Amino acid sequence: MTIMQSFSELMHQRQQRETVKRSRPVETETDVSKLEVSNLNFFYGEKQALFDVSMTVPERSVTAFIGPSGCGKSTFLRTLNRMNDIIEGTRLTGKVTLEGQDIYADDVDVVALRKRVGMVFQKSTPFPKSIFENVAYGPKIAGQRNQKELQGIVEQSLKRAALWEEVKDRMQDSALALSGGQQQRLCIARALATNPDVLLMDEPASALDPASTARIEDLIFELKQNYTIVIVTHNMQQAARISDWTAFFFQGYLIEKDRTQKLFTTPKKKQTEDYITGRFG
Amino acid sequence: MSVSGNLREPALAKRHRIGQLFEWLCCGSTWFGMVVLALLLLSIGWKAMAWPTPDADAVDRAAATKTDAKVAASLSPRPLSARFLTSYDSRIPQKAGIKAALWGSLWLLVFVAITTVPVGVGAAVYLEEYSNEGRWKRIIQVNLSNLAGVPSIVYGILGLTVFVRMFGLFGHDGKVLDLNLGFAMLSLPLPFERSVISGALTLSLLVLPTVIVSAQEALRAVPSSIRNASYALGATQWQTIRHQVLPAAMPGIMTGVILSLSRAMGETAPLIMIGALTYLAKCPGKIDGVAAVWEHPTRLLEAPFDVFTSLPIQIFNWVSRAQPEYDHLAAAGIMVLLVVLMVMNTAAILIRNRFQRRTQW
Repeated sequence: MTIMQSFSELMHQRQQRETVKRSRPVETETDVSKLEVSNLNFFYGEKQALFDVSMTVPERSVTAFIGPSGCGKSTFLRTLNRMNDIIEGTRLTGKVTLEGQDIYADDVDVVALRKRVGMVFQKSTPFPKSIFENVAYGPKIAGQRNQKELQGIVEQSLKRAALWEEVKDRMQDSALALSGGQQQRLCIARALATNPDVLLMDEPASALDPASTARIEDLIFELKQNYTIVIVTHNMQQAARISDWTAFFFQGYLIEKDRTQKLFTTPKKKQTEDYITGRFG
Repeated sequence: MSVSGNLREPALAKRHRIGQLFEWLCCGSTWFGMVVLALLLLSIGWKAMAWPTPDADAVDRAAATKTDAKVAASLSPRPLSARFLTSYDSRIPQKAGIKAALWGSLWLLVFVAITTVPVGVGAAVYLEEYSNEGRWKRIIQVNLSNLAGVPSIVYGILGLTVFVRMFGLFGHDGKVLDLNLGFAMLSLPLPFERSVISGALTLSLLVLPTVIVSAQEALRAVPSSIRNASYALGATQWQTIRHQVLPAAMPGIMTGVILSLSRAMGETAPLIMIGALTYLAKCPGKIDGVAAVWEHPTRLLEAPFDVFTSLPIQIFNWVSRAQPEYDHLAAAGIMVLLVVLMVMNTAAILIRNRFQRRTQW
């Protein structure tokens, strides 16, 4: 039971942080669901990776996906902005809706979808260009040509990603010269620049040192006031620290999804309990 | 007497000797190539810098020329000289130069580059970025590799049929198509006959498989994370290729293109096959400098359809002549060709290094 206790402690720390960090009420989320997934099955060729997954993602909240490697959490995340479309030989049944619109409908343009559902990857992937060009890329390819507008967007995005102060004097330097944590925040800024509603994050801090991780976590906390965030993490403490909702995946099945506090302290399913107490995975 | 843990194991000495032997063998292989190359360069360089020692005939000829001081002054003191670069081929070896071949090669280079780069890069982008894995892609891929290994003379035969004769579609005498470009008239001879354009297209076919394969390698080396990041920001496939993939792959593509171009520059067999002239005392389109272009700009339109010769053909021609002087002229020609190729390869390396410093992951 010590592990359960430690999670309770985490929850407590977190509440403290929430009250310290903001004057606003703790619960910013609404009950409106942003994304709804029903009966989703996903296949890589013949191999089925997701089995009959259904869940809702509430607006302006952080939803974390946890589970052992290969449980399908990243695959599921990628179905939410159709990044799996790029992989050849994948197939999907079921329905995913964004604000009631079926994102897999025939007349949906994936380019438009991905502008509303941004994504940040595990490995920071700055383009081999300047910091400015990295952040301006999204708006530019969407047709924004006005240099003043672009500068405004870049500045605002970098500020939101808590990177502006560190890079404002070297916007023309190569993005590759930034540290790992800065690169990851740059990638978040880049994703914010296209003005999405939803931000998908695939283990955004797993390759970073503890200090950088803490900064990213703080950032996620800030961002949920304006964005719906879905994050995949293999770090349960991280899920406990930052998320409002947690979903536990195992072998392609969604085992359990609940309020983070509930899931970590009183899981309903045996598998969830075994996993979060460290008995496997 | 040997106990476990003994640090002096005589049996090990043999294994070390084998290792040593292998290192020497590898070192020998390296130096074998280097020594042969050095010998080749030295013998050619020596030949290029002096005329052969005069035999009885040559002494007679020299005596004959001595009578005419004017002629004597116009003769080159050695095969490789400034004169060599600025004069046409000649019956008198001391007067012969490589001008026509140099300009011919330049024209070939330009046209091979113009046709190879878009077609080669386009094909590579299609194969790597757009086409689906499958049987057709595998068949194309295998055939590309096979085509890269086809002997160049075979491409010469192909070029002869397709470009020089155009399957005989235009009758025995051919036709001339006059196109009005607005600012000038372009006389397009059909078929292309033994022109620069025929030679360039043939050489393009020859190097295209190599260009495509090397461009594919360069595209494949671009990490997929860059593509995914671009797609995730709402970029279309074309935008991703245009703004991320191609710039990142450019150094690799350029290296492949330039190395292929220098291979095309050195090719002889296919050009002989399509009938590039071996004795020619004019440059394509009579363009032998910027001044000529300035005075007669329309000649730029004539040059591609003019007869030509190229560096390796000129060398081949000289080697096959009887007089020993031509042997030395050939050596001088080889030196020029080597310098041209070296400049191109250096350019390839410089371009690669320059871009690599900017793109690192």
